Amino acid sequence: MNKTHKLTLRQKLNTEKAAGIICTMPFLIGFLAFMIIPMCISLYYSFCDYNILTPPVFTGMKNFQRMFTDEVFYQTLAVTFKFAFISVPMRLVFALIIALLLFKSTKMTGLYRALYYLPSIIGGSVAVAILWKRLFSLDGLINKLFMALGMKEPISWLGDTKTAIWTLIILAVWQFGSSMLIFLSALKQIPTSLYEAARVDGANSWQQFWKITLPLLTPNIHFNLVMQMINGFLAFTQCLIITQGKPLNSTLFYTVYMYQQSFLFGSTGYGAALAWVMLALIAVITWILFATKKLWVYDGGL
Amino acid sequence: MRNKKKVINIIYHTIVCACGIIMIYPLLWMVMSSFKETNTIFNTATSLIPEKFTLENYANGWKGFAKVSFATFFKNSLVISILATIGTVLSSSVVAYGFARCKFPGRKFLFAAMLASMMLPAQVLMIPQYLWYQKLNWVGTYLPLIVPYCFAIQGFFVYMMTNFIEGIPRELDEAAKIDGCSYYTIFTKIIFPLMVPTMITGCIFSFMWRWDDFLGALLYVNKTEKYPVSLALKMFCDPSSSSDYGAMFAMATLSILPAVLIFFCLQKYLVEGISTSGLKG
Repeated sequence: MNKTHKLTLRQKLNTEKAAGIICTMPFLIGFLAFMIIPMCISLYYSFCDYNILTPPVFTGMKNFQRMFTDEVFYQTLAVTFKFAFISVPMRLVFALIIALLLFKSTKMTGLYRALYYLPSIIGGSVAVAILWKRLFSLDGLINKLFMALGMKEPISWLGDTKTAIWTLIILAVWQFGSSMLIFLSALKQIPTSLYEAARVDGANSWQQFWKITLPLLTPNIHFNLVMQMINGFLAFTQCLIITQGKPLNSTLFYTVYMYQQSFLFGSTGYGAALAWVMLALIAVITWILFATKKLWVYDGGL
Repeated sequence: MRNKKKVINIIYHTIVCACGIIMIYPLLWMVMSSFKETNTIFNTATSLIPEKFTLENYANGWKGFAKVSFATFFKNSLVISILATIGTVLSSSVVAYGFARCKFPGRKFLFAAMLASMMLPAQVLMIPQYLWYQKLNWVGTYLPLIVPYCFAIQGFFVYMMTNFIEGIPRELDEAAKIDGCSYYTIFTKIIFPLMVPTMITGCIFSFMWRWDDFLGALLYVNKTEKYPVSLALKMFCDPSSSSDYGAMFAMATLSILPAVLIFFCLQKYLVEGISTSGLKG
């Protein structure tokens, strides 16, 4: 009796269905425990007055209303938009230009690719962030180089509300390597017969780029745009270490403000509300990018 | 004609090389500055080669802060990164097998959830996760930095491995089934051994991301002797610490060394990971 029972359990477990459910179980548990449940908790706290130390008090929409009168909130939103909308397109343009340059394969291509990709590997690290702070400091490399070229007074890059954000943008653009690799592999998939046909029709390389290469790359550009936009809105480490939002909050990123409110200023409820607004904003932007996809992304076959 | 081609070639290499050097110049500057005497770094900023080559910065930096040396910080980073990486890669491979080879109710939904979770940024989850880990009494330990990763929560790895398994011919599974393998032994005996290349790619990415992780450590680690390298480096920037820039550059150089070494030794796997799954790196 016992034996047959054991056998059936074994057989029950050895079906495609059971195996699928068991194998994906870790993800299901992790997804619920570390994403869905925390999100639900934070949704509740976003409607509460809460500061980690004292129990939450339900206050309805107060946190969301506070945003309307919070000038810093608007400022961080503007800074973050500016950062994302400048750095992401610039990054993609650089990635595309360098990918086109490296597409021509020579003996040195492997080395070149490594050179251009290296900054992306380590760009997000604290080491690079503290290096960046020193590069743009008053006595840093950038000022020293400019002064060697004839500039008289050092510029306070990090101290001026106009230039500080640009140091962060340059740092972001500098890490165009992974987009470049995606473009490179996409370029290799474009059949050479298309270019041959175009050449027979008398198209020069400029026309070939605009009529063949670019349209066929639009799916990759679109994908990169979506992923990089999301990441652009979430830049954190660089801002926290390099500028801390200074001067005058001109580089205060939304995520850093969220962090400050929740963990330093003791308004965890407000921080949670800010996080949800951020999520909604990212969702809207992603949706817009997908909704306008039809207009400019080539989706026909080859 | 041939001469013209040669000229074009030379121009091409000059341009590509020059741009490449500009790209990595900041890094070169950091590495070379770490060998300069600390009080000469900014006076001689425009020259790359140190007037006097010294290792003093490394000795000074290694002493660390508050009697905790960088040996401890590196050990902490290694423990966190290695454990989290093993957890990620193993759990992701099992989950990927489930997605790639088994049909079960809810598969499509779960797969979509996985893809959506890839878009869900860590920063949005920062506060809720913190509160959750606080309830679990995990704050101040390494658990929040390791345990979640053992549940395949990084969709990137699951997605990459699912694609890889789908590329393995199903005939192998069928043959193993006829030989008496269960769905589980097919994974352990057939699929898992074949997954080595994608596992290596996964290990590289996971290790480098965990090594660089700053936000997680900032939130959950609160004792100096438990700091990973990323947090320890930040202390060089704190206004309270003395500004020994030589030591700072020396330790920063050491901290990027693992990533750079991995990059140059295992470039092939990295490039593959990015171009096949088309994701960030």
